Amino acid sequence: MSNSGNPTVEVRIPTILRPYTGGAKLVNAQGSTLRDVISDLDANHTGLAERLLDGGALRRFINLYVNDEDVRFIGGLDLVIKDGDSITILPAVAGGC
Amino acid sequence: MVLHISAQLVAEIWNEAEAAHPDEACGVIAGAIGTDLATRHIPMVNAAHSPTFYEFESGDLLRLYREFDDRDEEPVVIYHSHTATEAHPSRTDIAYASEPGAHYVLVSTREEIASRSEFRSFRIIDGVVTEEEVVLT
Repeated sequence: MSNSGNPTVEVRIPTILRPYTGGAKLVNAQGSTLRDVISDLDANHTGLAERLLDGGALRRFINLYVNDEDVRFIGGLDLVIKDGDSITILPAVAGGC
Repeated sequence: MVLHISAQLVAEIWNEAEAAHPDEACGVIAGAIGTDLATRHIPMVNAAHSPTFYEFESGDLLRLYREFDDRDEEPVVIYHSHTATEAHPSRTDIAYASEPGAHYVLVSTREEIASRSEFRSFRIIDGVVTEEEVVLT
């Protein structure tokens, strides 16, 4: 629960990052922008931000979706978050020879 | 560890890899969570359309994982083809591997070898690659 007045969102955690959330698949976080939400996630689940960001930018092989939209196309980490938004984290399925 | 997979699914993966050559083909075979049974084949578009890289398109990826949630499935096999190199995870494959529970299947469609001769399966966990036996069911 928060008294910060920031929007509260649900964040869906992929299997590989669940060790950071005690195994939880769905966690709550708060923040006025996506970047703030990630900071809040990291405050409660230490180390998570490092897995998502590199030098303050979204890692190439991490996909973040807000309400099913890939954030790369809708404002990136500066995207303004609304109460009740649903965030999904998915590592890319990718590779190459 | 062993990958159990039907000859039918193996043939489907080869068909796809050969059709995509010289680009890399990719896809998953889903199964009920915890069963390790590869049952539902989902060919994926290689958004990179490249002979040296594959990537699921981000919208496709989201829909795929939503489906897994809805159906209580997980990716049992994640496969792709190498079109000029051996069927072994590359450094890029290892760097990107993010499903420690999945069997990473690689096939090679390179021309120097007999067709359909390299179909291999690996676990990739924390950057460590372990090849496993493939048993046809």
